[in-house]
Amino acid sequence: MNPNNYLVLAAILFTIGAYGVLVRRNAIIVFLSVELMLNAANLAFVAAARNTGTLDGLVAAFFVMVVAAAEVVVGLAIIVTIFRTRRSASIDEASLMKY
Amino acid sequence: MTGESLVFGVSGTFAVVGAIGMVISRKAVHSALWVAFAMINIAILYFALEAPFLGIIQVIVYTGAIMMMFLFVLMMVGVDSSDSLIETIKGQRVLASLFALTFGAMLVGAITSSLASPSAGLSTANDNSGGHIQAIARLIFRDYVFAFESLSALLITAAVGAILLAHNERWEPRKTQDQMQRERTLGTHITPLPAPGVLASTNAVDTPALLPDGSISTTSLPGTYGTKGQVDTSREITEEGK
Amino acid sequence: MIAALIGLPLFGAVVLLLGGRRTNAWGHLLAVAMSASSFFVAAILFVQMIGKPEEEREIGQHLFDWIAVGAFQIPFGFLLDQLSIVFVLLITGVGTLIHIYSIGYMEHEPNRRQFFGYLNLFIAAMLLLVLADNYFLLYLGWESVGLASYLLISFYQQKPSAAAAGKKAFIVNRVGDVGLALAILLMFVTFGTLSFEGVAAGAGIASPSTLTWIGLALLLAACGKSAQFPLQSWLLDAMEGPTPVSALIHAATMVTAGVYLIVRAHAIFDLSETARTAVVAVGAITLLLGAFIGTAKDDIKKGLAGSTMSQIGYMILAAGLGPVGYVFAIFHLLTHGMFKAGLFLGAGSVMHGMHDDVNMRHYGALRTMMKVTYATFGLGFLAIIGIPPFAGFWSKDEIIHAAFGQNMFIGLATLLGAGVTAFYMTRMMAMTFFGEARWEPDVKPHESSAVMTIPMIVLALGSAFGGMAMLFIGDIEHWLEPVTGFAYPQNSVSNAVLIPITLSVILVGAGYAWLRYGRRPIPVVAPANVSLLTRTARADAYGDAINESLFMRPGQYLTRSLTWFDTKAIDGFVGGIAAAIGGLSARSRRLQNGLVRSYALTMLGGAALIALVLLLVRL
Repeated sequence: MNPNNYLVLAAILFTIGAYGVLVRRNAIIVFLSVELMLNAANLAFVAAARNTGTLDGLVAAFFVMVVAAAEVVVGLAIIVTIFRTRRSASIDEASLMKY
Repeated sequence: MTGESLVFGVSGTFAVVGAIGMVISRKAVHSALWVAFAMINIAILYFALEAPFLGIIQVIVYTGAIMMMFLFVLMMVGVDSSDSLIETIKGQRVLASLFALTFGAMLVGAITSSLASPSAGLSTANDNSGGHIQAIARLIFRDYVFAFESLSALLITAAVGAILLAHNERWEPRKTQDQMQRERTLGTHITPLPAPGVLASTNAVDTPALLPDGSISTTSLPGTYGTKGQVDTSREITEEGK
Repeated sequence: MIAALIGLPLFGAVVLLLGGRRTNAWGHLLAVAMSASSFFVAAILFVQMIGKPEEEREIGQHLFDWIAVGAFQIPFGFLLDQLSIVFVLLITGVGTLIHIYSIGYMEHEPNRRQFFGYLNLFIAAMLLLVLADNYFLLYLGWESVGLASYLLISFYQQKPSAAAAGKKAFIVNRVGDVGLALAILLMFVTFGTLSFEGVAAGAGIASPSTLTWIGLALLLAACGKSAQFPLQSWLLDAMEGPTPVSALIHAATMVTAGVYLIVRAHAIFDLSETARTAVVAVGAITLLLGAFIGTAKDDIKKGLAGSTMSQIGYMILAAGLGPVGYVFAIFHLLTHGMFKAGLFLGAGSVMHGMHDDVNMRHYGALRTMMKVTYATFGLGFLAIIGIPPFAGFWSKDEIIHAAFGQNMFIGLATLLGAGVTAFYMTRMMAMTFFGEARWEPDVKPHESSAVMTIPMIVLALGSAFGGMAMLFIGDIEHWLEPVTGFAYPQNSVSNAVLIPITLSVILVGAGYAWLRYGRRPIPVVAPANVSLLTRTARADAYGDAINESLFMRPGQYLTRSLTWFDTKAIDGFVGGIAAAIGGLSARSRRLQNGLVRSYALTMLGGAALIALVLLLVRL
């Protein structure tokens, strides 16, 4: 059992999350993809912690989770506010800052 | 075939399946559920990685709180909202797959090309502090206490900010039409001022607009023009000029 | 004392030109006074010079060091020797007479004061030219007379033809000036000095080819200033200037500067056979060309201009013959100065009486109406065709004699030239003074005022007796000998045979012209149906056409193509860079399409690129 397997899995999940950010138009699904990427990072942290035999990786993963929670709170509040005024959750419509 | 590799094989596969399911679902709710599924599998993986505490936290906080919050918001935004799968930006899908594959391949390549030493395992670290939870607690409340405190501040700020953003109540009573009309005619302007030249026959910036009685409307001059006497009233305003 | 010669007219020029309209009332009198006092000083210097023995006649005067840069030392100094004093007398004498004449001729001209200022400027410049003691100062005078000529030719500024003529004269002169500049450069490089003595001393040891090149360059300069072939096209156009200008500059003095230059540089020409041959050839061609052009001109001034070209050809030819000819070239120059100026002043008087009409076909039968003009013009006419004992006979016959000594063909050319000269001058006399009156309706010919006729009378006396005076009383051959060297022509037809032959050729030419023009009525409108020769002569032997096609059109073409290249290629290149950058930036800004997902795509792309690079570097 190669301990690097977990890292490979984390890389795969990260890639899928990145693809999801780019391809989906619904703001909430984009957010979900970002969460998936964060989870992949967490998995990498934990695997590395186990590999090295220190617990610092676990603490880092814990902190990442907290921050992710805070970020989701604020982000969803923003999405709700935007949705209220615009009646649409598509991120393609916010395209005023262009040439 | 150890137990760990079996768990890894099953849970890992399910996590990937969940991720892919999220990306390709049409309905938003389905995506959220797929993500929840993937997250639970990741929690199982944490257990396999000798981090039971983190596994529990993952289930409770991530899957339990965060995904549920997503579902609540989805309810507000529209449960049946579904994306059309037609891509509007040209080349986005192709380039996105290309870049993602490249990136992923690089990462995987980098990881697999490194030498894998057998993992040290967390038992030593746990024993040093007298248990797993004690070890984590020692790190959080002693070595990284400053980060911990800032995180709490961050959480509080986020919560307060979210409340403010999402609050839907009016702070003042709404102005009625009658009130707005009074303010428009009796008070200072609530309509935008006319642009230079709207009321005059020339669009020179220093030519003022004239009020109906022929006097100069000082609000039609930009900035310091009126105060420094640079007003040019030489240009005649004729009927044809309008 | 010598500096006063130049200083007086220069002072007059400065006062008149800078004083402006305030000097209008007395300007002309000041100019005449300055010119006359210059002549007076010249006469004193001449008398002093006569009194001295031959070795001491040369006087030098050093004013100041003009240019002193390392090895290049040019003093501002004057040299008054036998050669320059005769020039000075000619310039100031004829110049003063023409100044007096101009008082009357330019009476109705509002800018008369400016004219006199320019005339004084010319006198000063020409005196500087002949009094300089080194080639560089001579160049200064050379250029200044070119400037004065330009100013005076285009004096009637409002006439586009006059402005164009002034420009043409200046530009063609410039071509000659290049020759003089090249000669000066070559002289400095070869001899290290530019003074006359230095060059003459060094000529003996310089290489023959260098001397030939210097000689040819000096010849080019002389061609430009003296209107010799191939730079002759400007002289006929220069008749646009007022008649006193034509008389002074383009007959008596400025155009003779070329002859002066060649005689001054005789040390170089003595040692270079090739240069001498070139000079003789140019002189021979021009004397025939000028005579040929003069035969078909109906404009009295242009006819006299062709005659000037031809007579200077005689002088240049004589100067090219070497020591046998230098003296006679100068002698002919002096006599020509007198009779040609007289002829021009006479022509001006006729024009004045005929309301400024220059067309000889509108003249006729003027000998009774303008008796003094007829008499003075007639004396000049007899002098120029070479009838003894008038001035031209003595000088021209000596030239013909020397020419036969050199080469049979050159001699025949000079003889033929004399015949053609007689022809066209008789034609001119017949058309103007004899025959039927062909005057325009309201023209009443009248004699000119005394202020104009007196100078004409003085010059006519000079034409009549000046030749004999200079030859017998002044002994001009031996007067100039210390400066130029003199030798008697060898191998020539003896004078006893030559003079009768020459006289008969002249009489044949004159007689033929009289039969054709004196006896038969002359058409008022020039006949269009004429022979090829006449057409060619009327078109100045196509000199202008050749210049245009050889130089002007290629030059314009070159300019046009350079401008095209500059606009299209260079400006296009620079503008193209600007346009390319603009286009590039216009394309690039489409990256900013405002869509978050595109930006996220570029972010992921960047991340992939960084990962790739890191991996490659580490691997």
